[in-house]
Amino acid sequence: MTGAIRMRPPGYNSRFVSLLPFCEWLASTKGSIALHESLYIYPLVESVHVLTLCVFVGTSLMLDLRLLGVALRRVPVSEVTGRLVPWMVAGFVVMFISGILLFYAIPIRSYQNIFFRLKVIALLLAGANAWVFHNGVQRTVARWDRDLIPPKKARFAGAASLALWAVIIVCGRMIAYNWFDCDMPQPPLIKWAAGCVDRQR
Amino acid sequence: MLLPYFQWFETTTIGTAIKNSSWAFAVIESVHLLALAVIGGAVLMLDLRLLGLGLRRQPIPEVAREAQPWLVGSLIVMLITGFALFSSEATKCYYSTPFWVKMTSLALAMAFTFTVRRRVSVVAIRDRPSAIIYWPPRPRPFVASVGSAPSVGAPVPDEPRNSFRPSG
Repeated sequence: MTGAIRMRPPGYNSRFVSLLPFCEWLASTKGSIALHESLYIYPLVESVHVLTLCVFVGTSLMLDLRLLGVALRRVPVSEVTGRLVPWMVAGFVVMFISGILLFYAIPIRSYQNIFFRLKVIALLLAGANAWVFHNGVQRTVARWDRDLIPPKKARFAGAASLALWAVIIVCGRMIAYNWFDCDMPQPPLIKWAAGCVDRQR
Repeated sequence: MLLPYFQWFETTTIGTAIKNSSWAFAVIESVHLLALAVIGGAVLMLDLRLLGLGLRRQPIPEVAREAQPWLVGSLIVMLITGFALFSSEATKCYYSTPFWVKMTSLALAMAFTFTVRRRVSVVAIRDRPSAIIYWPPRPRPFVASVGSAPSVGAPVPDEPRNSFRPSG
């Protein structure tokens, strides 16, 4: 597969803005083709992605467990955030860049992949959850810093983060499978969710 | 030499069941990956602490004790799911160099984790319950005093309590 599909599909009847033309252009770029066809670089980027996933999700897991009052209960919450957030940020940055590269290598198939779409939604929700926690209950952390079991809002943030990152990891892994790919016969609901378009050659 | 055994794994009930299912491998793989994230956190938290990073105001035995159940739990999940994945494609694994590198590293890592690493972290608290272990060892007090003074009321001060600080 060269990845260079320049032809515009004829039937854009969707009312939603489609990023498909952008993905098709992306797939036609030299860098995307090189990454897609590379023997070592692609798996290397994939490995970096999983390694930094360990760093980011691993450290945020510890914070989430603290917020739930399950682990590190004797450590003040501000201490856990203060010491671990730098590692989370570093892990996230590398994970994000390597994730973008993985998408860049296979833009069209990723864009039309149900699991990829679910993953992006879960990522946005996880980001919103982190933002709400940071600008909400974390502002009053001084009041519950040493509580063995933090207040409800903090526990909710921890639980939501755990659940969302589990979804993100599972979806990320499932992107590799072609059960719901557009180039296979699919029921209408799947076609709609994956944003499949009928291509005529 | 080991090839017949590897081929036998693929004929077992688990191996064939996973091979014949269209989704079993993917699901088990996802659980394997989730457990990897957990073990990443459990290992990293203590390793960072041993390096003098991360939760460095907490005593090492404390961090080790907190991390231990997550480490052991996720390791068990990873071993079970990993074995299931392996049994469905054992012959492919046999001919894969990365597989052998991974298994050798895994054996070494587990041996190290449950002997040396455990000795310097978890067991230390049993031998010296009140010990606060600093690693890396603190520099000479007058060098260390360049940093900020320990805050009052912190459970474990950044510097040893008896360290010399000029002009109080």
